[in-house]
Amino acid sequence: MLAYAAKRILLMIPTLLGVAVLVFFMLRVVPGDVVEVKLRGDGGNVSQETIEMERRRLGLDKPLLAQFGDWMVGLVTLDFGKSMWTDRPVVEEIGTRLELSLQVAIMATIIAVLIAVPLGTFAALMRDTWVDYLARIVTIGGLAIPSFWFGMLVMLTLLGLFNWLPPITFTPLHVDPWTNLVQLIWPAMAVGYRYCAVVARMVRSSLLEVFNEDYIRTARAKGVYEKLVIVRHALRNALLPAITVIGLEFAFLIGGLVVTEQVFNLNGIGVLFVQSVSRNDFTLLQGLVMLVAAFYVVINLAVDLLYAVFDPRIRYR
Amino acid sequence: MTRMATAALAIAAALALAAGGASAQAPKRGGNLTFAISAETPHYDCHGSDTYATLHFSAPFYSTLLQFDLPKYPAVKGDLAESWTVAPDLKTYTFKLHRGVTFHDGSALTSADVKATYDRLRNPPAGVVSTRKATFSDIGTIETPDAQTVVFKMKEVNAAMLEHFASPWNCIYQAKLLGEDPNAPKTKIMGTGPFTFVEHVKGSHVAGKRNDKYFRQGLPYLDGFKGVFTLQAAAMLNAVQGGQVLGEFRGISPAERDRLVQAMGDKVRIEESSWTLNLLVLFNTEKKPFDDVRVRRALNMAIDRWGGSQGLSRTSTMRAVGGVIRPGSPMATPEAELVKLPGFSKDIAKSRDEAKKLLREAGVPNLSFTLHNRNLAMPYTPAGIFLVDQWRQIGVTVDHKQYDTAPYLAGMSSGNFDVAIDFSNLFMDDSSLGLAKYLSFSRAPENRSRSMDAELDSLYDRHMRELDPGKRRGLIQAFEKRLFEQSYQAPLLWWHRIVATHKTVMGWEMSPSHNLGQDLARVWLNQ
Repeated sequence: MLAYAAKRILLMIPTLLGVAVLVFFMLRVVPGDVVEVKLRGDGGNVSQETIEMERRRLGLDKPLLAQFGDWMVGLVTLDFGKSMWTDRPVVEEIGTRLELSLQVAIMATIIAVLIAVPLGTFAALMRDTWVDYLARIVTIGGLAIPSFWFGMLVMLTLLGLFNWLPPITFTPLHVDPWTNLVQLIWPAMAVGYRYCAVVARMVRSSLLEVFNEDYIRTARAKGVYEKLVIVRHALRNALLPAITVIGLEFAFLIGGLVVTEQVFNLNGIGVLFVQSVSRNDFTLLQGLVMLVAAFYVVINLAVDLLYAVFDPRIRYR
Repeated sequence: MTRMATAALAIAAALALAAGGASAQAPKRGGNLTFAISAETPHYDCHGSDTYATLHFSAPFYSTLLQFDLPKYPAVKGDLAESWTVAPDLKTYTFKLHRGVTFHDGSALTSADVKATYDRLRNPPAGVVSTRKATFSDIGTIETPDAQTVVFKMKEVNAAMLEHFASPWNCIYQAKLLGEDPNAPKTKIMGTGPFTFVEHVKGSHVAGKRNDKYFRQGLPYLDGFKGVFTLQAAAMLNAVQGGQVLGEFRGISPAERDRLVQAMGDKVRIEESSWTLNLLVLFNTEKKPFDDVRVRRALNMAIDRWGGSQGLSRTSTMRAVGGVIRPGSPMATPEAELVKLPGFSKDIAKSRDEAKKLLREAGVPNLSFTLHNRNLAMPYTPAGIFLVDQWRQIGVTVDHKQYDTAPYLAGMSSGNFDVAIDFSNLFMDDSSLGLAKYLSFSRAPENRSRSMDAELDSLYDRHMRELDPGKRRGLIQAFEKRLFEQSYQAPLLWWHRIVATHKTVMGWEMSPSHNLGQDLARVWLNQ
């Protein structure tokens, strides 16, 4: 198992290098010039000489391969460079937002899992009863309603009923846990609802499939307690596909909450992603793509390792 | 200028009335003001910016030489300048600075700092952007006979020079800092303003705290402020309604105003004014077929501004029909004259018939092009939709494309568009500012239509040196006539400013420009 984990961790290096190569060259193909947008993008009258000077300062006058070399050397030494737009280190730009996005993703995952697993289980156990129908309505609603729209409803409800809204600027958890949770619980709920719906439906359908397996029938025939059959035999196996979905959804939440972040006025990775695209901020965009890619790779590995925990038949070599 | 100020009394009185209600009580010290800024500035440098996002962020940290006296707008008053004299020939301006003014690092402000600032504005070093370079090109020399005196000697008379010294964009920087790095103000705040810089959390907010050594005794009243970036209008409105922020000082639409009034009742204060801001229809005169005056004129004439004003003013921030000077301000062309100009006729059917004829003559009866627009919902989106519909009625097909602010501006500045919706963002009504955008591209790079017109340049120069208001008005009308006949670019509609604040916010003064009055020195909280 340890050898397998080490091998997978080593394999992450060529995967991330591949992403780095792709993102670097694909960004250079996209039309647009960060210097033009930066210097002329706030209405200033800028001479061509100033534009060329800025281009030289940012190293954009160098041949493409030289720029790529600089980027790769930076990656190897964990120096992601500076944002071409703000001149601040990419790590700082991302770090400011990552804490918030990561916390929303973790809170949404906790909310989703805590609700989805029992909901999906009860829906499967009481198939075609009112419990199942209710669970279906709740989960289909979660799938159908966009998170940002649900977020808007949450905000308007808080405003309408209590004339109150959560704090508008981010307070880190370690500074003031209460203020932090009061701010982030609402977006986590808004995002967690859809997340929960996806996972609950996955748990329900997996459980229904597992209930028809021979080993479940055998366990029941041997007189094993029903509760034990469900928790130890059925649910444990049914959770495997759900874990995959949870992992992918979590990775998506790191950079994919663009509109929800705007609804709650959150300073997260999603908005930063969009801003860096519209500004052609190559270095920041490269850093962001690498971050999200790294999350996907790490979470995939974690999911694979969790498979072995939930299903003893799986052994990695 | 005095006569101009007198003539603007009506506007000033209206503004004073609005402000008066808010400042009748004795100010209280303390408290922190949290307000919304609907955009985040890319840098802190007032000199190189043209967006309110920079001013609403930076103004509380800086002082200027003069500033507008908002209840008496467009009169000016001293800021760093304790007093000043203007030579009768308008060629020498002498300013005496307040004593005891210090920068936030404790160093004393002297005339050398003012000189360094204005040298940077009028003659920026390589790599430094000054969008006010043309404005101050009339300055010949800047002398500093002593630490408290600055003398500006002009090459040419500029009738509005005093108002230009009151421009909120002319933040006074520290000479020492500029000497070390001329681009330092882009990333470092070092001013003499009422608040000292605390933090800028990128993507979130800017915060400042009271400058205890501020040179105006007793000011500022607030302990500090926090400007929160709210990039979505809905988030900003929710924040105002929920009390997360106590106001937004740029402006909201009539529909947004109505929502806040309905939800907040007497807890919200609404102040309104006409706005020194308009949208323009812009034709790229370097591209075919827009190099043909018949095409430009046809497209300009097809726009029903009067009808559009009625509809759009109910839902958007656009309202008044006007020429290049804000309607209702002293130098504006009266409606009776305006309707005679191409594109401003009230007989839209006749105008459109003529427009179709012009397009046929130009050989493009079924013209199609792309409209380059900004992706700000208010008022750019309704303006774009309105124009698409107006031009459809003369058989023109338009592909409407909206971009984020930076690529939108960069696209226009680099000439990468067919037809665009531009804006004219003025901090005052003076015609030297209002007309400058329409000068030949070689003189005014902010003329994004890239037109070259010696006649317009000549009319502008004559009006700049003309001190008689009546003759000046005549020259402005001649300028407008030429401009709209050529239709390089033309105002669509002027904006109407509506500012909503909680009634606890006192001392903030409304004006026709969202660029003015944002140093927050006299703002206080009644709580």
